[in-house]
Amino acid sequence: MVNYMAEPLVFHFEVDGDNFTSAGQASVQVKKNLRELGIDPETIRRVSIAMYEGEINMVIHAHGGVAEVIVSDESVEIILKDTGPGIPNIEQAMQEGFSTAPDNVRSLGFGAGMGLPNMKRYTDYMHIDSVVGVGTTITMKVNY
Amino acid sequence: MTVSELAAVQGFEAVTLPDGERKIGGVYIGDLLSWVMGRAKADDAWITIMSNINVAAVAALADVACVILAEGVELDGTVKETAESKGINVLTAHMPAYETAMALASRL
Ligand SMILES: Nc1ncnc2c1ncn2[C@@H]1O[C@H](COP(=O)(O)OP(=O)(O)O)[C@@H](O)[C@H]1O
Ligand SMILES: [Mg+2]
Repeated sequence: MVNYMAEPLVFHFEVDGDNFTSAGQASVQVKKNLRELGIDPETIRRVSIAMYEGEINMVIHAHGGVAEVIVSDESVEIILKDTGPGIPNIEQAMQEGFSTAPDNVRSLGFGAGMGLPNMKRYTDYMHIDSVVGVGTTITMKVNY
Repeated sequence: MTVSELAAVQGFEAVTLPDGERKIGGVYIGDLLSWVMGRAKADDAWITIMSNINVAAVAALADVACVILAEGVELDGTVKETAESKGINVLTAHMPAYETAMALASRL
């Protein structure tokens, strides 16, 4: 747990939409930062996996975006924002196995349609705000 | 057993061993990265035939004890350096995933 945190800490990242090999850099950096703050390993694991899935989605489906991580004394909040194509049917997208990922992405081991379900599984709160043609904002929270 | 101890077992070979004293708690087999992140547990040995750069990121974030590349698969390009610098243990096993898991199971 983070003791006596006066104000929430905010980390900001740009997620490059063209670079598949560097995808995950923001999540790996967040993992490092949380470890330095002394946050427990299980919380770090949940935050890192949820954020990585979201980051990968921004790269695969939305040409990148921005990520913000807010660490307060009761939770870690992750906000992922993109100006990609949006998600037309969120309920369908949330189903295990649903994916519109192209074949080249599948050959890398992604595109199993488990990303959004994993994000839900590992967080205490998740909200998807998406408008077709405008973009997607996903807010997640992991409580300590 | 520790990852270093496993690396010394016949049929296994260390590719990177930056954190060899790490203890193996269990085993997960899979090549689809989201399945691994959703189902593998921290401290598992992760057996896979995937060898691209994203394997290093998934191993780090899922907090597995080591990656075991089955079938003698080799890491792509500069993935070895990345794994080393991220503290990810990577072994190769010169056998299929099933035999790799069997070899592990008898020692855990
Ligand atoms: N940021 C996003 N922008 C647009 N579409 C998205 C985004 N994230 C997810 N989706 C859509 O939701 C589907 C399911 O996502 P996910 O569960 O992560 O599976 P996968 O990424 O393996 O396809 C995706 O295939 C895609 O159609
Ligand atoms: Mg996904």
